[in-house]
Amino acid sequence: MNKEPVLDVEQLKTYFYLDDDKVARAVDNISFSIYPGETVALVGESGSGKSITALSVMQLINKPGRIVEGNILIDGEEIIQLNPKQMTKIRGNEIAMIFQEPMTALNPVYTIGNQITEILRKHKKMSKIDARDKAINLLKTVGIPRAEEIMKEYPHQLSGGMRQRVMIAMAISCEPKLLIADEPTTALDVTIQAQILDLMAEMKEKYHMALLLITHDVGVVSEYADRVMVMYGGQIVEHAQTKELLRHTKHPYTKGLLESLPNMDEDADRLGTIKGTVPPAYNFPAGCRFSARCPFVMEKCKQSNPELEEIETDHFVRCYLYENEGEQE
Amino acid sequence: MYKYIIRRILVFIPMLFILTIMVFGLAQLAPGDALTGQSLADPNVDPEVYEQQREALGLNDPIPVQYGRWISSVAQGDLGNSLVFNGRSVAELIESRFANTLYLGFFSLCITILVSIPIGIYSAKRPYSLLDYGATGFGFLGLAIPNFFFGLIAIYILSIKLGWFPAQGTMSAPGVTGFEAFIDRIHHMILPGITLGLAGTATYMRYMRSEVLDVLGSDYIRTARAKGMSDSSVLYKHTLRNALIPIITLMGFEIGVLLGGAVITEQVFQYPGLGTLFLSSVTNRDYPVVMAIAMILGILILIGNLLADIFYSIIDPRIRYD
Ligand SMILES: Nc1ncnc2c1ncn2[C@@H]1O[C@H](COP(=O)(O)OP(=O)(O)O)[C@@H](O)[C@H]1O
Ligand SMILES: [Mg+2]
Repeated sequence: MNKEPVLDVEQLKTYFYLDDDKVARAVDNISFSIYPGETVALVGESGSGKSITALSVMQLINKPGRIVEGNILIDGEEIIQLNPKQMTKIRGNEIAMIFQEPMTALNPVYTIGNQITEILRKHKKMSKIDARDKAINLLKTVGIPRAEEIMKEYPHQLSGGMRQRVMIAMAISCEPKLLIADEPTTALDVTIQAQILDLMAEMKEKYHMALLLITHDVGVVSEYADRVMVMYGGQIVEHAQTKELLRHTKHPYTKGLLESLPNMDEDADRLGTIKGTVPPAYNFPAGCRFSARCPFVMEKCKQSNPELEEIETDHFVRCYLYENEGEQE
Repeated sequence: MYKYIIRRILVFIPMLFILTIMVFGLAQLAPGDALTGQSLADPNVDPEVYEQQREALGLNDPIPVQYGRWISSVAQGDLGNSLVFNGRSVAELIESRFANTLYLGFFSLCITILVSIPIGIYSAKRPYSLLDYGATGFGFLGLAIPNFFFGLIAIYILSIKLGWFPAQGTMSAPGVTGFEAFIDRIHHMILPGITLGLAGTATYMRYMRSEVLDVLGSDYIRTARAKGMSDSSVLYKHTLRNALIPIITLMGFEIGVLLGGAVITEQVFQYPGLGTLFLSSVTNRDYPVVMAIAMILGILILIGNLLADIFYSIIDPRIRYD
């Protein structure tokens, strides 16, 4: 892929400055690019820094958090130093975002129509009537029946799945180059989850968007993602094309995540899980951040944190187990 | 929504009925009647005379009969006659007082809303700024200082020492008319209005601040910002309406609080409103007047709550279908 990336994140650090002089390094030196039309998955357990990565790209980090360092380029344009007003022209227009909780993500006191048309009026400078027509079309596109009536309804009158469809309609309304979906189906019924993911994949094709799909469900990855980034403790620990990553899983953490999936071939009982929990972002261990939970931990791992190395073409791993592999060639 | 409002109005009627029973009952429970005071004041008059008067006024009839007589005349708009002011009609006594109290309450409510809501919003927009700290300090003072004390200090400094505001009454010269009279009235209402609204202003400022902060942290505000909405749209469109929902409910109760506060504030400023009349009527045991004022205050409180509910159902779409 030699096109220009739609999103280029370079050495991004987003820290939270907590009351007691602690610093939560929620995102700690992350770099990645997303190319046009691509679906990239960002996976990791809860608390590994996925949402903060996404919100940093949107420049929606609230106090006490702050982007400390790094560059974020949208279509080659640096957005870190943009002022708040300039940033409002990019959000919703060039990058859009969908959130985890459809039940609370829509404003309870405004109609669906009002909330979709306002984004069209803001970015596309549409007239009221044009925006209304376009909004009805969008609702139909995302598979909402009775679109005209839904325009006049309020969020509380819709189911969670419907609301997430409305969120998708809003997100694609200005045909952004990049859509970020932060666990878009986690809060939904299992039966609805696949529908919403399929809809997003369909919209991605239709509007030629790139998709950053955040999930803690590795099962979703194989079906929808071209590329996977595995995140742990605010850092990327493994990064490769989906097929490569699933076939030649390297990092013990990624292995652990994959093993925790119910597997058809094996005993249904053997639901391997990684022991322990993600360490809090203000208290990472000195060495490798996964060392305390890693079944292959070595003395070295407790001393220093390994770098993210390209051990095979386009396969990056942050682990001392593969330290020499990249250099052998 | 109309169904909801109609239902709400229907509930109003039995509440009104209960109110009449309470008012009448309280008046009955209170010791003595209008003639007790007079008999104590003038022991030379034969008690038999008062007994005859009681009989004539119907004060010796069984209580349900008295209630029936009272309620049926009240329903016809006849509030009876004062027992003290040479039998002048209660309606006549109350009329101008009632208007004065309404003006004062309305004026005070306007000050409260116009001051507390913008300051609350600003404090939330810039938490821990100088103005936020100032507002917090004022809030504590406003709640800690009793109305009458603040009123006395205001009179001492602003009217006696500085002479900026009149210390009492509703108008200076009876001769003025038109716009001049209006300004004169406002001038007289400023000190009592601020005094009356002080605690409310402090309370609503704090509520508004915490509501706005709460809403600003909510998911749908993050959505609005993710859509690229401007700061002013986020604050004034998406946040404000949600933040006002609980405030409006409280405002309904505020009418009752204001009227209660008016009794004392009016006394401090010698403002000829319902409050001053109420106090003097209680002292004189002029029960027809006391009952009429209690009825009016009760009805105003009920109307306040009704209005709050109606506004609430307009501003929050979720309520209409429950
Ligand atoms: N508002 C906040 N204040 C302090 N720390 C935060 C805040 N938001 C996130 N963090 C820290 O960042 C870490 C990563 O959070 P997040 O990106 O939400 O994880 P996830 O991968 O589940 O989306 C959390 O474990 C927490 O320590
Ligand atoms: Mg998250």
